[in-house]
Amino acid sequence: MKRKVMLICAVLAGLMFGAVLTGCGGSGKKQESNVLKVYNWGEYIDEDVIAEFEEETGIKVVYDTFSTNEEMYPRIEADSSLYDVICPSEYMVKKMMENDLLQPVDWSKLENGGNLNQAYMKILSDQIDPGNKYMIPYCWGTVGILYNTTLVDDTVDSWDILWDEKYSGSILMQDSVRDAFMVAEKKLGYSLNSTDPAELEACQVLLKEQYPLVKAYVIDEVRDKMIAGEAALGVIYSGEYLYCKNENPDLQYVLPKEGSNVWYDGWVITKGCGNVDAAHKWIDFLLRADIAYRNFEYITYATPNKAAEQYIDEEILSDPGVFPDEETLSRCEMYLYLGQDAEDMYYEYWKKVK
Amino acid sequence: MNKRKLLSLPYLVWMIGFTVIPLLMILWYGFQKKTGGFTLEHVLAIARPEHLKPLLISLLLSVICTAICLVIAYPLALILRKANLKKSSFVIFIFILPMWMNFLLRTYAWLNLLDDGGLVYVLMQKMGFKGNIVGTYSAILLGMVYNYLPFMVLPLYNAMTKIDDFTLNAARDLGANERQVNLHVILPLTFPGIVSGITMVFVPSLTTFVVSDLLGGRKIFLIGNIIEQEFSTASNWNLGAGLSFVLMIFILVSMAILNHYDTLGEEEEA
Repeated sequence: MKRKVMLICAVLAGLMFGAVLTGCGGSGKKQESNVLKVYNWGEYIDEDVIAEFEEETGIKVVYDTFSTNEEMYPRIEADSSLYDVICPSEYMVKKMMENDLLQPVDWSKLENGGNLNQAYMKILSDQIDPGNKYMIPYCWGTVGILYNTTLVDDTVDSWDILWDEKYSGSILMQDSVRDAFMVAEKKLGYSLNSTDPAELEACQVLLKEQYPLVKAYVIDEVRDKMIAGEAALGVIYSGEYLYCKNENPDLQYVLPKEGSNVWYDGWVITKGCGNVDAAHKWIDFLLRADIAYRNFEYITYATPNKAAEQYIDEEILSDPGVFPDEETLSRCEMYLYLGQDAEDMYYEYWKKVK
Repeated sequence: MNKRKLLSLPYLVWMIGFTVIPLLMILWYGFQKKTGGFTLEHVLAIARPEHLKPLLISLLLSVICTAICLVIAYPLALILRKANLKKSSFVIFIFILPMWMNFLLRTYAWLNLLDDGGLVYVLMQKMGFKGNIVGTYSAILLGMVYNYLPFMVLPLYNAMTKIDDFTLNAARDLGANERQVNLHVILPLTFPGIVSGITMVFVPSLTTFVVSDLLGGRKIFLIGNIIEQEFSTASNWNLGAGLSFVLMIFILVSMAILNHYDTLGEEEEA
């Protein structure tokens, strides 16, 4: 009897596994004349928008997702014709530009190109993509402090509060090397792309000082813990803010005055793109004000689309957590890839913190 | 002869592909400079304080964990031996049951129980404990013992049930009291079970990084976390492989010691 049950279980498991395999193998193999292969972050688009695009343009979209830039990169490096349009983060766009994996965007094909906020285009042009040739920004955000107004009675406007002993055992730090060091670097007034060993050591000492006050070093759990009120202060990505506030109205997000990290994700067209025309149509479609607004509603990460702002609630639009003022923003930097040696150094110091 | 060789082929492929080659790759990476060329740097890196401390904590925690598992599991196996077969297989079934659920989920469940507002947390506060044990060594130890206890129970139970009642009766007929039966008959006969139980608990708890990640609030680095970080986010495979190599040596040495005692036991029997 036992054996029979086992056998049935095994057969069922086998069947399911097989189904999954064939399911995976099936997609992407269909050769249709007007196909666009899109590679995007998971949960990074309102899925109805894809269907609407297909309906309006008659282009069939093959849609795949990735969860980290580092997972996406080697696939494209091996064969850039694998996908037509991709949505990487800014530092990865730079790396792809340097390794000749992208082709320039033809702005004349983008009717809605004027919808973009020129202030952000300038930041991108200055730091990543001179002349905005390759990257069409899609979402952007900062790293800041999410705090629970019922548990914190001080004004939160500086990274200093994460070193306040009053909140010992109630502070959540990010468990990512760059994000953790960024907090210390900005508190001390350094660049978050510093590679100076003396500066990094000072940061390490500072983070070690903070260690006893930290409740936990977190990744995605920061959301749930803050919503549940398990911590008073947490370092978090701005994009999580609206979701958290929705679940727990006592939460407020602040971009500290010393500055922070700012990031952009944006669309690029691959070198080996098989359908350049469709790729531009896709990007242009996403730039449409109403579509950008719907994606903003879905993703809740700030949009660089100026025209979409007309649809956004006044309350959200005026919330400095979602759309910070340009002065603070000017003190924010993007992460640059620092090279393997510098990255190793960050990890060496990070290991000494814990 | 040829047929028999053919039958062993899948196992050979398996062993070479999934054990021998990966091991060689660890050696290859571990003894190689990032720029190429032989170096001992990554292996000797274990002596650096930021690596040595996690290693010592890991060793200490896994020794304590193994001891606790043994202390819990041995009397249980002893009791189950005396119970009738139906009853004891039911108890064993209950002990194995949590393993039907994913390891990660079980540890997550503990995190929810122990963290602020969790059931165990509330009970502990009521009993007068202050603070939250998530992020401490106790939480990690609890997670280890909970997850690895079945690996101790099973081999001990198997070793116990293999002992023939006649053997024990013979000992009693020859005048041994219960204490002497337990100490001089059952204990030596279950020694192989103890050894495999220890190995099966000690090795995974020495190398774990999931338990310490979840229940340690990522505040505590065990050697497993260091190695995991080198491979995943730090992308320093050479250092990761070098440290893995050292860890393997620790495991091999402890297994060699255990085996030594195991064979001693057998000799005594003979």
